Amino acid sequence: MLKDLEVGLYVFMLATFVGLEVIRRVSPLLHTPLMSLTNAISAIAVVGAISITGAQGATTLSKTLGFIAVTASTINVVSGFLITDRMLKMFRTRKPGQAK
Amino acid sequence: MNEQIVQFAYIIAAGLFVMSLKWMRSPETARRGVVAGEIGMLLAVVGTLLGRDIVSYQSIFIAFFIGSAVGVPLAYLMPMTAVPQRTALSHAFGALAAALVGTAEYYRELPHGPVMVALVFETLLGFLTFTGSLMAFGKLQEILPARPITYRNQNAVNFALFGAAAILGIVLIVNPEQTWIFPIFAALALVFGVLLIIPIGGADMPTVIALLNSYAGLSAAAMGFALGNRMLIIAGSLDGSSGLILAIIMCKAMNRSFTNLLFGAFGQLQKKAGHQEDQRTVRSASPEEAASILDAARSVIIVPGYGLAVAQAQHKIRELYDVLTRHGADVRFAIHPVAGRMPGHMNVLLAEADIPYERLVEMDEINGEFPQADVALVIGANDVTNPAARSDQSSPIYGMPILDVDKARTVMVVKRSMSPGFAGIDNPLYYLDKTLMLFGDAKVVVTAIVRELAEVAKAA
Repeated sequence: MLKDLEVGLYVFMLATFVGLEVIRRVSPLLHTPLMSLTNAISAIAVVGAISITGAQGATTLSKTLGFIAVTASTINVVSGFLITDRMLKMFRTRKPGQAK
Repeated sequence: MNEQIVQFAYIIAAGLFVMSLKWMRSPETARRGVVAGEIGMLLAVVGTLLGRDIVSYQSIFIAFFIGSAVGVPLAYLMPMTAVPQRTALSHAFGALAAALVGTAEYYRELPHGPVMVALVFETLLGFLTFTGSLMAFGKLQEILPARPITYRNQNAVNFALFGAAAILGIVLIVNPEQTWIFPIFAALALVFGVLLIIPIGGADMPTVIALLNSYAGLSAAAMGFALGNRMLIIAGSLDGSSGLILAIIMCKAMNRSFTNLLFGAFGQLQKKAGHQEDQRTVRSASPEEAASILDAARSVIIVPGYGLAVAQAQHKIRELYDVLTRHGADVRFAIHPVAGRMPGHMNVLLAEADIPYERLVEMDEINGEFPQADVALVIGANDVTNPAARSDQSSPIYGMPILDVDKARTVMVVKRSMSPGFAGIDNPLYYLDKTLMLFGDAKVVVTAIVRELAEVAKAA
């Protein structure tokens, strides 16, 4: 049990450092899409929601809460990735002819 | 399916998430980053579904379907000016998911020790970020009054509430069997989220959105601890650190210390609205006069602010950019980090209007260029151009880094009226001899200028 926690804390610490280093290098130009992208990525919470909802012997309470959680995270995954891409498509160096 | 394969899928997913953020470093590679994130997500979700502890799929797929049915229109139909609202809403959804999963876990396992600690963190952060983000959404969408709502002893009330929630959280950690405490704990967290955002005004929104982003990520990371899922810890802490960095950048750009921010002295700026009656005069100009000056300008720096988003004037500004560029002027955009309602808001709006991104210049790089600029054109920005921040120690925004607009040869300010901005701070820029005020809606004024410029060109 404690070993799990230990490993978890190592992972947390290292991932935070990696996160800080990587994010610092993100161009300020892209801060808005960055936020929608990290939002989509952290909607990986859907994984936890799935295991709550579909687990063996899940109670009605878990199923209901899990269902709402899966729905909410799916909204974030889908809209997060799509809107990030939609925004990034707009960042261009030159204006393309008449296309708009 | 073999549990090892699932774990392997998780490891690859975690690696892809890191790469995804790494590729956000420049617009050339950024779209690759989105693809990496999507593949990582797909791997993780498929891996989980195939894992052996999932026995019933029906409600999961219904939830997928509903989520997609809401998510797709949310991504494609939202106008770019509404991106801050959408972001606040998605923080709310993410936090809600984490909080509910934590709640379900709690009632299922009544766990002890570290897992319970993680669950308390997860649900506390989740619930308060949920209501906090909904409040931020309401303010940005103007369902709720955007003005800061303050009352006496606000900080004391907030601290007491948070303290009570924290104490109940500790009691739950020590004694998880006391299930009656949990709903009270959750309710306190929910109320705290509301009270935390109530005193916040529009100008502080970029910082707050970044901070809520960080909380939502941390709550997902706590879920990773509670479920023993390391990929979740990684994804959550990436999101948490991203929000944190953005919040720090915003704080610096507003000359706020980070502790000041954490302990919620948000409303402060607005309270000190002390502007005296004065006889100073402003020079107001017509679009015709502005056009004739702009026509002669070789170097123009446009300073966009939230007013641009409100007026939806980004496409008109593109036309102005086109006309001036055709006349041979060098046109650039000066982007203050806190311009708009979320980090990077102005960049997205201008990119949407097809303005090449190398024309969008950050504050530190452009500030040295203002003295050489013939015209600085301020559209819908106020406090970020206020020279009092440099010189007037009594000003509430003294020390805040600003765009040195007043150093340009001519300054033009497009503004609705003379009323002080949202923060209620007087802006001496407007009374300078070289400043021309163009009163009116940003879109209307810019349209008029573009029309005049076209006529000047025709006449020549």
